[in-house]
Amino acid sequence: MIDFSLSPAVQKNRDMMRSVADGTMRPISREYDEREHEKPTEWLNMMWNATKNLVSFGDGKQKQEPQEKTDRRPSERNVRSAVLVEELSWGDVGLYLSIPHPGLGGAAVAAAGTPAQKERFLARFRDGEPKWGAMAITEPGCGSDSAAVATTAVQDGDQWVLNGTKIFCTSGLMAAEKSEGFVVVWATIDKSAGRHGIKAFVVDHHTPGMTVAKIEDKMGIRVSDTAMLVFEDCRIPVDNLLGSAEVKKSTEGFKGVMATFDATRPLVAASAIGVARAAVDYVRDIFRREDITIRYTTPPTKLSTLERDFMDMEASLQAARLLTWRAAWMLDQGRHNSLEASMAKAKAGSVVTQVTQKAVELLGPLGYSRKILLEKWMRDAKISDIYEGTQQINLLIIARRILGYSSKELN
Amino acid sequence: MLGFQPTEEQQLIRDTVAELAREQIRPVAHDADESGAIPGAVVQQAWELGLVQSTIPEAYGGVGTPSSAVTGTLICEELAWGDLAIALHMLAPQLVTYPVMTLGTHEQKQQILSSYIGPNFTAGTAALMEPRFGFDVNELATTAERKSGDFVINGRKCFVPLAEDAAQILVYARIGNDLSAFLVPRGTPGLNITEREKNMGLQAVATYELSLDDCRVPAPSQLQGDLQPVLNRSRVALATMAVGVAKAAYQYAREYAKERRAFGVAIAQKQAIAFMLAEMAMEIDAARLLVWEAAWKIDAGEDATREACLAKNYAADMVLKVTDNALQTLGGHGYIRDHPVELWLRNGRGFSTFEGLAMV
Repeated sequence: MIDFSLSPAVQKNRDMMRSVADGTMRPISREYDEREHEKPTEWLNMMWNATKNLVSFGDGKQKQEPQEKTDRRPSERNVRSAVLVEELSWGDVGLYLSIPHPGLGGAAVAAAGTPAQKERFLARFRDGEPKWGAMAITEPGCGSDSAAVATTAVQDGDQWVLNGTKIFCTSGLMAAEKSEGFVVVWATIDKSAGRHGIKAFVVDHHTPGMTVAKIEDKMGIRVSDTAMLVFEDCRIPVDNLLGSAEVKKSTEGFKGVMATFDATRPLVAASAIGVARAAVDYVRDIFRREDITIRYTTPPTKLSTLERDFMDMEASLQAARLLTWRAAWMLDQGRHNSLEASMAKAKAGSVVTQVTQKAVELLGPLGYSRKILLEKWMRDAKISDIYEGTQQINLLIIARRILGYSSKELN
Repeated sequence: MLGFQPTEEQQLIRDTVAELAREQIRPVAHDADESGAIPGAVVQQAWELGLVQSTIPEAYGGVGTPSSAVTGTLICEELAWGDLAIALHMLAPQLVTYPVMTLGTHEQKQQILSSYIGPNFTAGTAALMEPRFGFDVNELATTAERKSGDFVINGRKCFVPLAEDAAQILVYARIGNDLSAFLVPRGTPGLNITEREKNMGLQAVATYELSLDDCRVPAPSQLQGDLQPVLNRSRVALATMAVGVAKAAYQYAREYAKERRAFGVAIAQKQAIAFMLAEMAMEIDAARLLVWEAAWKIDAGEDATREACLAKNYAADMVLKVTDNALQTLGGHGYIRDHPVELWLRNGRGFSTFEGLAMV
């Protein structure tokens, strides 16, 4: 049935997360934007302790959740994740990205790993010190074209030997050197095989041969570290390969890892929505203070520019949110959602970019000032239109789906 | 709990209406637009599906199916996918039946509703829009004044579908600062149906301008109560019809782009075209979800004014962009009336203007 209400359980989780965002994230948001490359250790420990056994606001923690299948209600795990990620990102998207968590690397292990691999790599997130998982795909020479990775993996007895350079790895520092985490690295085992030769490998923290070469200085999400990782004869156990080592003519393995994105794109979209909502909420409060009312029922031709802009912001934010919830809901229903996940991501990425830029504009000198958070949200927002597949890559995926084209037919 | 799938019953209704749109409406749409006449047989077929009369309560001779805005959006989208003008014709009686059903007195219901339960299509209509710059539902120029127990209505109206054939016209007018509505029988002195309009789009459906000059109706002709929910339903109806028109244009452009070849490949294989199509698909879905949410809120009995307005504005912008890009995809062929895309653009252009032309 068509229903836009969240279940009481999800609402309760949301309210809790909202108070975490408002009470603990907003107060330190500006400080850690200004103090780039420093970590809010106390807050990270608090989040680790509060979330390690509770909720999944990413992926890869699924095993610890109550067995939802046995209580007969349809799963709402992905919808709940989307709702919670929105709240945390409303608080501060950089902080949200910094939370000790299996992250994208965990999602890849959860999606493509064997039960033994899941146990080896994900169980550690249940206790002990804070840990991070990370995913390393992008290289200096390839971004969206992830089939072109040049990092190599060569088998040597019971080990894989990795060589290459990865960039833009979110939480790469925390995963590789500052915790007992891991990094999932995409590398090719057969360059001549193109995308068929690309495999994902789990590289454990502090593995010799893996070094963090650089932490990027960024426009936004500054509290989250974005690392360059260099692999020089980095040796890992042979069973750290996710999936099969066979180079098949089919693209199953590659698709398997790509399928991770079907689950994570709605979350990136949800995160974008959180930032956009922060900006819309702020503008709404200012309007209230200035006694500006939005006349919803007045025809657009008679509205002030301010009203029109604000209504556009609200409508596009809600449109993006509903596309996101739909993509997450489909996943909960066990349906294939590549098309809808890409729609959510593409829409949310462009909406958050436009909405935050418009909010800065509407507030004039106030909006541009670092005294309030609007300008920060605008800087934070832009990454949502880029990472986990740029706007354009997602449009390409949508186009292929609706036209029934392969990547060869439409590229 | 969140859900994005119509119920089985809704899906059945949707499929039935989609079939009518595909098999009956679409094939006659072009000629109807050119000639300004809709084949009566097609309108009758929709009537026989009971789209209008099924929600009329049993007490007044109807089937008494609970009226659902969500179900209504599904129906309207499919009909408008077939053809907007024909859809507006088919559903015009709801412009009077729905407001009477929700706000009417027993006498009004008895008088009005019982005339819409017969086996043959019965015209009905309402007059909300006004032919003037700055038309605003909140500030109608048409006024009603109380005079010795009657109401005297003065003003001009436009976009009144089927006015010539309807026994009653629900006329919206302002009393002081309040929006009100009156059941005005055709033939009431002072009510003049001036001329059939000639518009850029909606050429198939007969719409008229009205003038009301000291048009006097008895006090019991007034519909009592809050008209906001009625307006919300009409906004949701128009928004979902915009989605239907956009979907028609998008699908046509998509199929054309896969057939049409240039530089050795289908033009859909060029990113310039493919990205336009992707954006169209995404925006149609976005608008539809906003519409569904507004309708869902209406069905939940909540005030959906804000949602209905946002959805309608969003859908009106969206349908213009989508139909324009669809035409662009066809290039010069899109400009030729042999293809339906220019008709969809002409019809699509109207949504930012339309108010109160349809009801879910």
